[in-house]
Amino acid sequence: MTQRIFNSAVLKEKAMQIRRDILRSLVAAGSGHTGGSLGMADVFTMLYFHVMNHRPEMPDWPDRDRLILSAGHIAPVLYTTLAHAGYFPLDELLTLRKAGSRLQGHPSRGSGLPGLEVSSGSLGQGLSVATGLALAARIDGKTWRVYCILGDGELQEGSVWEAAMSAAHHRLGRLIAIIDRNRLQIDGNTEHVMRLEPLAEKWQAFGWKVYTVNGHDFSAMNQVFSQLDDCGDVPVVIIANTLMGKGVGMIENDYRWHGKAPGAGELPHFLESLEKSYAQVNQSTHENE
Amino acid sequence: MLRSTKAPTKMNDPDLCFTLSAREDKPTKTGFGEGIAEAAASEERLVVLGADITASVGLDLFLKRFPGRFISLGIAEQNCAAVAAGLALGGKIPVFSTYAAFAAHRAADQIRISICYNHLHAIIGGAHAGISVGPDGATHQALEDVAAMRALPGIVILSPCDATQARLAAICAVSDLQGPVYVRFGREAVPDFTPTDLPFVAGKGQVLRNGTDLTIMATGHLVWEALQAAGILSQQNISARVVNIHTIKPLDEDLVKQCALETGAILAAEEHQRTGGLGSAIAETLARLSPVPMAFTGMPDCFGESGTAAELMEKFGMTAPHIANQAIQLYKRKSAFS
Repeated sequence: MTQRIFNSAVLKEKAMQIRRDILRSLVAAGSGHTGGSLGMADVFTMLYFHVMNHRPEMPDWPDRDRLILSAGHIAPVLYTTLAHAGYFPLDELLTLRKAGSRLQGHPSRGSGLPGLEVSSGSLGQGLSVATGLALAARIDGKTWRVYCILGDGELQEGSVWEAAMSAAHHRLGRLIAIIDRNRLQIDGNTEHVMRLEPLAEKWQAFGWKVYTVNGHDFSAMNQVFSQLDDCGDVPVVIIANTLMGKGVGMIENDYRWHGKAPGAGELPHFLESLEKSYAQVNQSTHENE
Repeated sequence: MLRSTKAPTKMNDPDLCFTLSAREDKPTKTGFGEGIAEAAASEERLVVLGADITASVGLDLFLKRFPGRFISLGIAEQNCAAVAAGLALGGKIPVFSTYAAFAAHRAADQIRISICYNHLHAIIGGAHAGISVGPDGATHQALEDVAAMRALPGIVILSPCDATQARLAAICAVSDLQGPVYVRFGREAVPDFTPTDLPFVAGKGQVLRNGTDLTIMATGHLVWEALQAAGILSQQNISARVVNIHTIKPLDEDLVKQCALETGAILAAEEHQRTGGLGSAIAETLARLSPVPMAFTGMPDCFGESGTAAELMEKFGMTAPHIANQAIQLYKRKSAFS
């Protein structure tokens, strides 16, 4: 899946489908993390449908790019994207969080879900795991990349900064961290709970190349990802400004939807809101093009 | 450290299963380091992570021989453990070693989730284990590490009794085992006494001395103390079997049961809290399979303190005379019981 032609409209439509199936999956589960999953749907679509070099029909392909979901609680967006990419049947999304399912509440490598690289869910570990993977690739002279998705609240874990220090020290240019900067965590606004700003400057000071991008703007994201070949041996962090709950107007930017799933009765309204917001986005795409 | 002489001493004990003699005093960490360097020669996937105390945990030999496979990560144990997981995912066999107090506790969550939950082949070296670390005091004396590691699903815990065995344990951890392995070893020079041709099979206890009245199941360098204790006991006409449990998890349950049936009492001896370590593992097994009277040599639910290794071993009851005394009390209880 290399050398794809960038097509914003196709990606937007895919992201809409992924959001729709995230909601269906969460309703079937009866619990789970809605806000962050919807908020990162565009970033995941961008990665799996344009940026990453991977082969869904061959999940263990040795030269694939790896994605480490450090913020394991937004597993629904990972699962749904993997299913849409063809790693497993879409029907399986309805088994989310159920006994015996490969779609555990937080990612479980032992479940054997194709495309899932690593178990996660205890915050602050993924960037270290990604650093280890990038080190292994370099020792073997491989050129595959490691993408690591972190939540912004997760950056309050001290071990993230141990990893940040080590990746820059070892000059791991093929490591790309993406921060879901929705400015919300369970207790409220990140800057009230525990201030993260100035965030870009912190990463810069740790020796990283920093990009800030609108995590819902495919063209802007494409510009950033297109530049990554030029980063040499400096690890890259992309601060993706996102909206928790993006696409479902009534829950957007509401931290109470961090860890809550919609009820079956709410689903039609949520899907309707999603359709409406997609129609608006789609219209603006056509106007721009 | 605990012998009056540094000269080689042969044990004159007719009940020994092997000829055992202390060739020299040598730290188990040295044996571990030799084993890792040796394994690295034939296992190209092996990489070592440095946590700032590389020489102190015996890995300077590896660094000297294989500098290209050494990755310095500084004083950041949590990062080290999860980086090890990433390296394992990337096809490497990582060795992460630091003081057991920090390896097992500071990085406990990373070991639990990134290494064990992913069931990755990573070797965690718990150095400077036990009270015999001495003058550094309680912060550096790992006495709860086995308890913390033993509860983790799928992990193997090796606790070799001398430097010769530590070398074999390291090689076994790299070449024979899969999944997470915690190897526990110490800093002090202790008698190096196991026969160099004695094979190391993970999960199999070693009967070192025959006996019929009770069994002392020991781990780490307390195995040597247990052998001395058996000598003291034989003078009082108590026949003590001595078993080296170099694999605390998975425990050799068949051997534990067999010793319980054949000798009727078991004394566990370890440089660890009496809670959660080898003694607990044996008790859990016996409660299910064959309950017999037990006693426990180990830390009595308290922190350690500064002192020489010998002083602390004496104070906390881990020397041969103390073990012998506990064994006598256990034997009396067993006799009253039956």
